[in-house]
Amino acid sequence: MTALLDGARAAAEERSGPGTGSGLARMLAVKIGSAAVTLFVVLVVNFWMFRVLPADPARNLARQTALTAAQQAAINRTFGLGRPILQQFGNYLAQTLHGNLGRSFVDQLPVTEKIGQALWPTVLLVGTSTVLSTIIGVWIGIRGGWSRGSKFDRTSTAFVNVLYSMPDFWLGMVLLITLAGKVALFPDGGMHSFAGAQPGFAGLRDLLWHLTLPCLVLTLVYLAEYSLVMRSSLIDELKADYLTTARAKGLRDDMVRRKHAVPNALLPSITLIMLNLGFVISGAITTETVFSWPGLGRLSYEALNAPDYPTLEGTFLLFSAAVIFANLIGDLLLTVFDPRVRQA
Amino acid sequence: MTQTVTTDAPPASPRTPRQLAWVRRHAALSRFWREYRKDRRGMAGLIILAVMIAVALTAPLLANSRGLNPIYATAAPNAGPSLSYPLGTDSDGRSVLTLLIWGSRNSLIVGFSATFISILIGALFGVVAGHFGSIRARAGRVTDNVLMRFADWFLVIPFLPLAMVLARTIGPSLGVIIVVIGLTSWAGTARIVRAQALAVETRPYLERARALGAGHWHQMYKHVLPNVMPLLLANTILTVAGTILAESTLSFLGVGDPIRPTWGQMLGSAYNYGVGTGNVVWLLAPGIAIILVVMAFTLVGHALEAVLDPKLRERR
Amino acid sequence: MTLLELRDLSVTYTTEGGPVPAVRGVSLTVDAGQTLGLAGESGCGKSTIATSILRLLPTSAKVDGQILFQGDDVLTMKWGRLRAVRWAGASIVFQGALHSLNPVQRVGTQIAEPILLHTTAGKDKARERAVELLRQVGLTAARADSYPHELSGGQKQRVMIAMALACSPDLIIADEPTTALDVMIQAQVLNLIGDLVRERGIGMIMISHDLSVLSATCQRLAVMYAGKIVEEGPAHQVFTDARHPYAEALSWAFPIIGDTKSRMRPRGLAGDPPDPADVPSGCSFHPRCAVAQPQCARREMELWPAGDSRLAACVRVLPESEAVA
Repeated sequence: MTALLDGARAAAEERSGPGTGSGLARMLAVKIGSAAVTLFVVLVVNFWMFRVLPADPARNLARQTALTAAQQAAINRTFGLGRPILQQFGNYLAQTLHGNLGRSFVDQLPVTEKIGQALWPTVLLVGTSTVLSTIIGVWIGIRGGWSRGSKFDRTSTAFVNVLYSMPDFWLGMVLLITLAGKVALFPDGGMHSFAGAQPGFAGLRDLLWHLTLPCLVLTLVYLAEYSLVMRSSLIDELKADYLTTARAKGLRDDMVRRKHAVPNALLPSITLIMLNLGFVISGAITTETVFSWPGLGRLSYEALNAPDYPTLEGTFLLFSAAVIFANLIGDLLLTVFDPRVRQA
Repeated sequence: MTQTVTTDAPPASPRTPRQLAWVRRHAALSRFWREYRKDRRGMAGLIILAVMIAVALTAPLLANSRGLNPIYATAAPNAGPSLSYPLGTDSDGRSVLTLLIWGSRNSLIVGFSATFISILIGALFGVVAGHFGSIRARAGRVTDNVLMRFADWFLVIPFLPLAMVLARTIGPSLGVIIVVIGLTSWAGTARIVRAQALAVETRPYLERARALGAGHWHQMYKHVLPNVMPLLLANTILTVAGTILAESTLSFLGVGDPIRPTWGQMLGSAYNYGVGTGNVVWLLAPGIAIILVVMAFTLVGHALEAVLDPKLRERR
Repeated sequence: MTLLELRDLSVTYTTEGGPVPAVRGVSLTVDAGQTLGLAGESGCGKSTIATSILRLLPTSAKVDGQILFQGDDVLTMKWGRLRAVRWAGASIVFQGALHSLNPVQRVGTQIAEPILLHTTAGKDKARERAVELLRQVGLTAARADSYPHELSGGQKQRVMIAMALACSPDLIIADEPTTALDVMIQAQVLNLIGDLVRERGIGMIMISHDLSVLSATCQRLAVMYAGKIVEEGPAHQVFTDARHPYAEALSWAFPIIGDTKSRMRPRGLAGDPPDPADVPSGCSFHPRCAVAQPQCARREMELWPAGDSRLAACVRVLPESEAVA
């Protein structure tokens, strides 16, 4: 864990080195630019995986496994498979940038529409669990790190280590058996009890009832990592001399912690937490699958099994974009909060 | 004036440089082991690992491999634990215990292989980038930058969707899992190794080696790499922990080999059959096994880190 | 009234390898307006003394004896009184070089912090005072908005000095204030400290391994070795005419430019300072002493009178009758 922090700190330090350019605006432009480049690389990788890598891309692009010559020709025309690779890529790029991700094999709906429908449930689930896991995890980490070796620290570290070693889908299934199923304290899955969302307060209650277990799973699994990171960061910070200075000035212990230690300890954690956030979105795939939560995760799992290549391609693009975006936000946050990085 | 006597007496018989080096290394290793033994959690982790690896290695002796083949399964499917089937049976009537034992083999193999790829690429990138990055010449820094930007792209790719996509386009297999995990995790190692290499490069004996005419390869192989090794070792152990978790996730989703069982695959089957119906042990056992192994690797990795860097040691 | 009095102060650290006595029975006095230099090599315990005066040692350290600040024992004070004494009664100038300043807070904020804590001043007043302090140490008002990493070593040290003066303390403890600085900057900072302390009549303890620095800045000088004081007296006298062999060797390590005698004299001291956990018997310096006598290994050393208001823990300062035990 500390090694991870060292890596993040090393990355942050070199960003703050001399020669990174003058002015905040330029720095931001560089970061946004590099994010765009990374996105482009992802598009290339996506294209390569679906059109270049398979032995017979046509088979992937059509539903059936055996094609007649006429069908093959038709597909070639639609997707431009006969043409040179670069031209194909150009087409693909143009189509993607226009928002055309193809149509699903399963129900012929545009992929963008399917993704659009699945977006909100995932945002709800991941958003809620991230907020909870960040707050709780950071709190545990700070409290444990500050009182290192205490009973709280030892129990919380043990508890968190077990959580960290646990596959999230397993936790989900165990919770389903114990709290749902026959016990029926919670639903067996899904997002709503009936065909669609109920209006009003009853609908909200129903939604929350369905949200509880999947959110609990994601929260538990990710708070483990955040608390470990925060704890490590704070312990590293405790060695600093400026804390002795703060104490010598007559500050109370909790003031020293709150005003001096924690702000410094949070900085490397921000980068790591944001990096993680990008991955949580794709990490939710297994949880959504276990609880039949109708989000992007379950969408891609079903696309995997169908197989529904256009949808799979679309979700992969989205997941990668999410990570890039989260990274960018994390970078920007660090620039805002760490004066050493701002200084060019 | 009295002179204090030095504590280490020189060896009685003259030794060659190689013998001397071996003696020194041996002494360092025993010191290391003594330090490591003091860490109770690290020892617990090590014991668990030893047991797990022993089980994996001796699998043919512990459970008949025929038990993996559904054709030979004669027991009632999805039955709870009994005398002849201590952990019950799965949906095909196979013994869960047999599956668990043989699954340990595959899970550990995949874990180690993926980690091997990841560490190999990561260490290579890290040492090269760190070494060239500390050279004052412009070309060095450019090399460093290029390598690290390349690594950054791999940091960004989410491994789960990537594995799913590759499983569809190439076909599901353990090989896909190994490649995917290796590809998506080497970048983290590269960053850490590079930071350590940069620190090592500032040490005086590297400057001395350069002044004596050592080439790049010699510097990296003989000086940087050995000094990066301890950190790399700790990082490797921690990476295995993450790899095993990743493998279980991918197998659960069906990206792995449907024939050769791993713990994740067992959980996937349990899920597909219907959670909570029938044999609960079928669900619990692989999960607990995964938790134990991952925790063991994590504990060992942290203990290693603590021994190698005294600042990290917990107050006892 | 005596500003600060250490009575038989002992500090023992508890480590993995057992207890380590860093300070073994030190007694010192500093009067109001007086400046005392505390000299010694690394590991002799001088920094421990500095940290102990405001009770800033880790909880694992065992402290015996008394630290009387303006009559009250710091070691038995209630927390509330201790926090009030901290900075407003006595403040510390740390080595500002590395991390004694919070890297993510502006310098002005850090100087204003103790002002807000110990006085009734509001934020604006505190800020004004911080700016004024910066001016007094030779920095511009604009510097108040700088972050520590934007300042040079010398500037950071000035900030530490300004910060130490913030609550108009009666005593300043300067712990190696110039060690990490270039010689030119060193001179500037020392002059600054000296002037400020004289102007305000503040008492000061300055800790350093550099005897020449201490002799130029302080009135009195005490030399430490292996956790004990081995010589004490007026600074210039101790520096130029030390009575204890160790103090003599230490002072010769810093030759006086222009003094031919010092140039010719053989310098350096064989061996290393003793491991605090394993100190030689009798006089702890005897294994390295050029003029050691047989009794030095057996006899317990005390600080005997060695001249006008001078003390030295060496049998050679004793009159002939007491010299041989």
